[in-house]
Amino acid sequence: MTEPAPQPPRDEIILAVEGLSKRFGGVTAVDDVSFNVKQGELLGVIGPNGSGKTTLVNLITGFLQPSTGRVSLKGQDITGGPPYRTAELGLARTFQMVKPFYQLPAFKNVVVALFSPRVKRLAGGAYGDRDAVAKDLLEEVGFERDSWVINKQASVLPHGYLKRLELARCLALRPEVLVLDELFSGLSLAEVASLVPVIEKLMVQGMTIIMVEHRLKELFRIADRVLVLNFGQKIAEGVPAEVMAQPKVRGAYLGSESED
Amino acid sequence: MAAQDTSKQVTRRRERLDRGIKVRSEDIYALNSWREALYLLAPRALPVVALVLLQLLAPEYWQRVLISTTVFALLAISWDLAASSGMVCLGQALFFGVGAYLAGIMNHYLGLPPGLTLPLATLGGGVICTVLLLPVLRLRGIYFAMFTLILPLMIERIIEATKVFGGTEGLSGLTPFAHPLWESFLTMAALWVALFGLRRIMASDYGLVLKGINDNDRAVMSAALNIYRYKAQALFLAAATGAFAGAFMTHSYRFVGMPVFALDYSILPIASAAVGGLGTLAGPALGAFILVPLSEMLRGLGGLRIVIYAVLLVVFTVGLPEGVFHYLRRKYTQFERWTEVGK
Repeated sequence: MTEPAPQPPRDEIILAVEGLSKRFGGVTAVDDVSFNVKQGELLGVIGPNGSGKTTLVNLITGFLQPSTGRVSLKGQDITGGPPYRTAELGLARTFQMVKPFYQLPAFKNVVVALFSPRVKRLAGGAYGDRDAVAKDLLEEVGFERDSWVINKQASVLPHGYLKRLELARCLALRPEVLVLDELFSGLSLAEVASLVPVIEKLMVQGMTIIMVEHRLKELFRIADRVLVLNFGQKIAEGVPAEVMAQPKVRGAYLGSESED
Repeated sequence: MAAQDTSKQVTRRRERLDRGIKVRSEDIYALNSWREALYLLAPRALPVVALVLLQLLAPEYWQRVLISTTVFALLAISWDLAASSGMVCLGQALFFGVGAYLAGIMNHYLGLPPGLTLPLATLGGGVICTVLLLPVLRLRGIYFAMFTLILPLMIERIIEATKVFGGTEGLSGLTPFAHPLWESFLTMAALWVALFGLRRIMASDYGLVLKGINDNDRAVMSAALNIYRYKAQALFLAAATGAFAGAFMTHSYRFVGMPVFALDYSILPIASAAVGGLGTLAGPALGAFILVPLSEMLRGLGGLRIVIYAVLLVVFTVGLPEGVFHYLRRKYTQFERWTEVGK
C-alpha cells in the first residue's frame, strides 16, 4: 500500500475565474463569466448548444486569449496561456473533438504526454519507464492491459477508445485540475456507464474536475455543483437539483414559458 | 459469364502475414540466430556496401553523379525530417544555399580550409536558417511552406541587387578537396550519419513528440510541451543537414553563386520524398537515388528528356503511391498469399 498523498484542505479555491469575456467580432461567445472551483470538487458546466461552453474551456486552458477577465490557478495568473504553460502548472484538458496522434500506437500517445517536463519534475527528476507508466494509465481508464488494442495505431481505434485515450493523456500529467470537454459525447449508454466509475475513482483520490457535459442525467449523478451557461452568460450556479428547478434554466433548455 | 468471372475474383483476397522473427515482437531484443541477425542487418548494410562498391568501381563520370545524388539524398532527408515534425518546407534551397555561401565566404575571405568550413557552415547554417524561420514557426501547413519558398528566392535577389559576396559572379577558385576519393567517402559518411542518426532520433520518445506535433500540435501543447521549442530543434537538425550538403557542394565545385538558391534544390527533395515514401527518412533518400541517376540517364534524349522524366514521375507516384521504400519494406517483412474468402 502506498501512503495517500497529503491532501490540501477541501473547500480551498484552486481555480478562480473572474469576469471572463470573449468576443469574436460582433458575437460575444462568453460574457462576463465568474466562478470558483474548490479543491476536490466536481463542477459541471452545462448549457444549450452554442452557449459558449467549449469557448469557456479554451479560455481557461489558454487556447484562446480572453477579451477581458482573469483566470488564476492556485493564485497564479494563467490568463491567456500559452496552453503548454497552463498545462505545466497543472491544468489538463481533454478535447471534445478527440485529438489523438493518429500515426502512433495507442500507448505511445500517452508516452508523448509523459515526456513533458512536468512529469519529470513531479517524479523528482527521473522519467522512469515511460512505456510501462503509459500502460498503467491506460489500464486506469479502462483499457485491458496487454491487449492488442493498446499497440494498435490510434487511427484504427473506435471513438469510445479515443475518448479514454484523451483522458489517459491528461492523467499522465498528474494534473491538479482536470477539464473534461464533453467526455461522454458520442458514447453509448454502456460506454458512459463504464467511464463513470473511472471519474468517481479520480474524485475519491481528490482530483478537482470541471466537466462540460450534455449528458445531464449522468453528470448530475456525480457533480457536486453545476454552472449553467446560456448565450455566453452564467444564468445559474449551484447544486444540480436546485439549479434545474429554476425557471430560467428550464427555459434555456426547453424554451421559455413566457413565449407561449 | 463476365459477371461470374468477377465474382470468382472477389472470392479471393490477398493475405498478409508478418514474417516470424523474435526480434519483431516489441520487447524481446534477443537475436536467436545468425539468420535473424542477417534479416535485420541486411537491409541496412546492403545499401552501404553497394554505394561503396559503386563509388570505387563506377567510371569517373558516374562517380560525380553519385556524389551529387548523395547530396540530393541529404536534402531529401532534411525535407522529410522537417515534414515529419509538422513543417512542410518548399525551400530546401534555403538550407542548401546558406550552407554553400557560408562555406564559400569562410574559404574565400578568411582562407579557412574545408576541414573547418564544413563543420562551421553546417552548424552556422543550421543556426541561421532556424533564426530566419523562427518568426513563422507559429504558421502551419501551406502558410509556413509559402514563407520557406520565398526566402531563398529573396536572398538570391538581394545578392544580385547589392552585389555582396561576388554578386552575380559568385565566388570562384575555392579550395578543393584533397583527393576525389576523400570527397566521395565524405558525402557517403555524411549520408549514413544523417540517415541512421536522425532515424534513431525519430524512433526515440523525443521523436514521438515531433511526430505528435505533425499529427496534432494542439494535443501536444495540452500535454505541457512547448511545441515551438521542439519545432525549432527539429528545424535546426533539418537545416544543418541541408547546410552541410550546400557547404560540401561549394568545395566540390570550387565555386559558389546564386544558383545554389535555385528552385531545383527545393523541388527535387519533395519529388524524391513522393517517389521514395514519406516519413521514414530512408524513403526520400532512396527516392533521390532513383530520380537523380534517372535524370542523368535521360540526358542523351535532348528536348524530350523532361517530358519522359515527368511521365516516369507520374508512373512512380500513381503506381506506388505509398512510395518505393514502403513497398519494399512491406515485401520484405510480410508474406503475401492469395486465400479463398468465406467457405
